[in-house]
Amino acid sequence: MDEALVRSLTPGVLTILVRRGADFAAAEDAVQDALIEAFRVWPAAPPRDPKGWLVTVAWRKFLDQARADSARRRREDLTEDEPPPGPAPGVDDTLQLYFLCAHPSLTPSSAVALTLRAVGGLTTRQIARAYLVPEATMAQRISRAKRTVSGVRFDRPGDVATVLRVLYLVFNEGYSGDVDLAAEAIRLTRQLAAAIDHPEVAGLLALMLLHHARRASRTGPDGSLVPLAEQDRGRWDTRMIAEGIGILQAALARDRLGEFQAQAAVAALHADAPTAGETDWVQIVEWYDELVRLTDSPVVRLNRAVAIGEADGPRAGLAALAALDEALPRYAAVAAYLHERDGDPETAARLYAEAARKAPNLAERDHLTRQAARLNAGRRR
Amino acid sequence: MAKYLLLKHYRGAPAAVNDVPMDQWTPEEISAHLQYMRDFADRLEKTGEFVDGQALAPEGAWVRYDGEGRPPVTDGPFAETKDLIAGWMIIDVDGYERAVELAGELSAAPGAGGKPIHEWLEVRPFLAAHPTVTE
Repeated sequence: MDEALVRSLTPGVLTILVRRGADFAAAEDAVQDALIEAFRVWPAAPPRDPKGWLVTVAWRKFLDQARADSARRRREDLTEDEPPPGPAPGVDDTLQLYFLCAHPSLTPSSAVALTLRAVGGLTTRQIARAYLVPEATMAQRISRAKRTVSGVRFDRPGDVATVLRVLYLVFNEGYSGDVDLAAEAIRLTRQLAAAIDHPEVAGLLALMLLHHARRASRTGPDGSLVPLAEQDRGRWDTRMIAEGIGILQAALARDRLGEFQAQAAVAALHADAPTAGETDWVQIVEWYDELVRLTDSPVVRLNRAVAIGEADGPRAGLAALAALDEALPRYAAVAAYLHERDGDPETAARLYAEAARKAPNLAERDHLTRQAARLNAGRRR
Repeated sequence: MAKYLLLKHYRGAPAAVNDVPMDQWTPEEISAHLQYMRDFADRLEKTGEFVDGQALAPEGAWVRYDGEGRPPVTDGPFAETKDLIAGWMIIDVDGYERAVELAGELSAAPGAGGKPIHEWLEVRPFLAAHPTVTE
């Protein structure tokens, strides 16, 4: 019994049922029943066409359930109107499901859970473990999400930006439990990129690949955070970087720039530098200018101040920083870094300690505390 | 998707608006209060926002290591502390605003006279173990 195969087939089967007119929640139940049947039957009698088998069994389960419902006659009419099952190319099947799972009526956490469940084919337990919540909670989150999108009909394509945001949320959750959510997000984005021709889908895929390629070098053996400049570039996955850059270049060539492509361009410039000192900061500043134009996000302006600090010196970086709101996340960390490079370890140490108190995660807090301690110890010596 | 700890204090927090000690409520008022908390937790499980929650006894003790081969030092079973935790609930919600909204609802649990107690609850975000990608 090939679990990976079953997992890759499930979304397509689900889509076929939905397209034939099954309600989303009922279709999901029917597919689950078919999977249970498959686990029982396949080891002894493997089917020649696993997907066809699953569709047939799931559809039968759906009909059994529908017949038992009070709306029996209406549903039977529906099956008679059923369009003839034509050839269903694997990639197109799931596209509809992406848009359904990222429907604007869902909260971000519900959209993420539903996408992992319906498109990714993960079990509720796997998703619950990845997000460190009880299985009962995750089950409720998913069934609520299913109820919310129940009855939603897709006669026109949904909003790609919403789908991309959901996938990026999954990617940024990283690794916990027995599922690597970053790898799962890449797998799903790859599938989406194969099904839909959109430069920003390619941009997001490139961005994920470029970040993921550096993952092994981002943490020390003790789990501590290793900043970009100190990472062992020999541990970067060069094949993944090459793939990311290739995808990005093809997307950029189409001249429909978007946020993810611009972010990927910054990541590509980092990935391209043989040493931190050889980073093309001038070009990175230009990409941040584009990002400011595209998003007008204060966080982007903060990152731009860092890049200016590298391209034109810490004074220029501090000047760019002065125009921003001190309440921004990581403002103090950036200020600390620029002050240190400007030769003011006392201010830098104070700001590092302040940044550590405001850090949003443990690895970052520990890293910033160490920076403050390092500067303070240096001054005592 | 961020986890928050909602902390309920025995003392250390500012006084509730409807500040009548629980032992002076009627039994019905106490039942109504407890039922409100249970309903709240049940509802959050259904919305997929509940992670965990427990009530704690007020009797805490401070404990300290006292050197190799010696038993830990305690300051006795009835610690005099200015702050005691009565209980906690962990929620997993879409953001800070939702966490505050829920804490507000929890604070409206009925107390003496069947009126909301308006007690102060502390909301503390969890620090995630995994850094997000923001290089």
